[in-house]
Amino acid sequence: MEGLNYIGAGLIVIGAGLGIGKIGGSAMEAIARQPEASGKIQVAMIIAAALIEGIGFAALFAA
Amino acid sequence: MQIGNYIKILFFSLFLTFNAHAQHGEVKSEEKTSEKQEILDEIKEVKAHHLADSHDFTFVSTKEGTHIGFPLPVILWDNGLKIFSSSKFEHGEAVAEVAGNHYKIIHHKIYKTDAQGQVAEEHGHPSKAAAVLDFSITRNVVFILLVGLLMLWMFTSLAKSYAKNNGMPLGIGRFLEPVIIYVRDEIAIANIGEKHYKKYMPYLLTVFFFIWILNLLGLTPLGANVTGNIAITAGLALVTYLITTFTAKKDYWKHIFWMPGVPVPMKIALIPIELLGTIIKPFSLMIRLYANMFAGHVVLMSIVGLIFIYKSWVGGPLSFGLAFFLSILELLVAALQAYVFTMLSALYFASASEEHGDH
Repeated sequence: MEGLNYIGAGLIVIGAGLGIGKIGGSAMEAIARQPEASGKIQVAMIIAAALIEGIGFAALFAA
Repeated sequence: MQIGNYIKILFFSLFLTFNAHAQHGEVKSEEKTSEKQEILDEIKEVKAHHLADSHDFTFVSTKEGTHIGFPLPVILWDNGLKIFSSSKFEHGEAVAEVAGNHYKIIHHKIYKTDAQGQVAEEHGHPSKAAAVLDFSITRNVVFILLVGLLMLWMFTSLAKSYAKNNGMPLGIGRFLEPVIIYVRDEIAIANIGEKHYKKYMPYLLTVFFFIWILNLLGLTPLGANVTGNIAITAGLALVTYLITTFTAKKDYWKHIFWMPGVPVPMKIALIPIELLGTIIKPFSLMIRLYANMFAGHVVLMSIVGLIFIYKSWVGGPLSFGLAFFLSILELLVAALQAYVFTMLSALYFASASEEHGDH
């Protein structure tokens, strides 16, 4: 079963992409609702995105 | 490497119309594919060379064997300290003889060999007898020392300018002060809290500027790939882990070994999970920084490699445009990764220093 690891990595990257997209979208909505809290929201967004990104990269390098 | 290949394929198909490829006969196109393969292999080699650490400093090297650069000191521990110049290796091609011992660079690592450069092997791998302890001043070490000295100069001059100029920064300090204040207010105080943040400030500031400057140096043509080296990010993550562990208060350990507020069987089940969590945290720090910088370098070099793949007027502007765009993106990533590393370190310190009444 050669090449299956690439498919797995691709799946994980799709998942990570969806996750980061969701975080970004939700942050946008949150900022639109409460513009005065945009600084805190951005920080939380970046942290969450970074945590997901780590998984994505781990998958890329495992493949 | 995969990303690079996809980009190549994508743009190859996009610009197929510009290629004279189709006009040639079958024999000629076969010749061309082998030539193309050669170029691809060469680009791969250049990439691998850039991404790995090396024992000498090479700015330009040609196929004919001309190298422009300078050698670095090699320091080995092999039944006694051995110090010699890396020029003895002649860019990894020659066997270096030092006081009766022979050494050779094989896959970026120094091994003890016989006079012909043969390594004693065991099951296809170099045996333990061939291994030496390598403390050489490699290219990465040079950059680390350079950045260390640069930071020492920058921040001592900033500190002195406060005394000279009635508490107003001068020169580069005007730029550094807001960044330092940002790290203090938005990263340290915001996460750790007013009570304990001072203890962690030196490390947070150091690691922030260290990573940031090294990331920026990686965008220059000097060939620095320090933060894209997993050993260095592992070192940084290890320091964060040690600081977290050794400054941890009673409550931190209590939350690991006897989680309050959950039933007893759950408490026992949580112990291994929480213990594992303490290791995964620095591990993810290590992977994140390394992978981000590594991937950035690979993509950038693949784009530059487009010039040599096309060999026509298309390659130059295309590669320039993409590389320019990506470089600007990497400027952002350089600062962002330094920020994320510092931020997450601060979060881990916060969990370590939190006391029962702090919430």
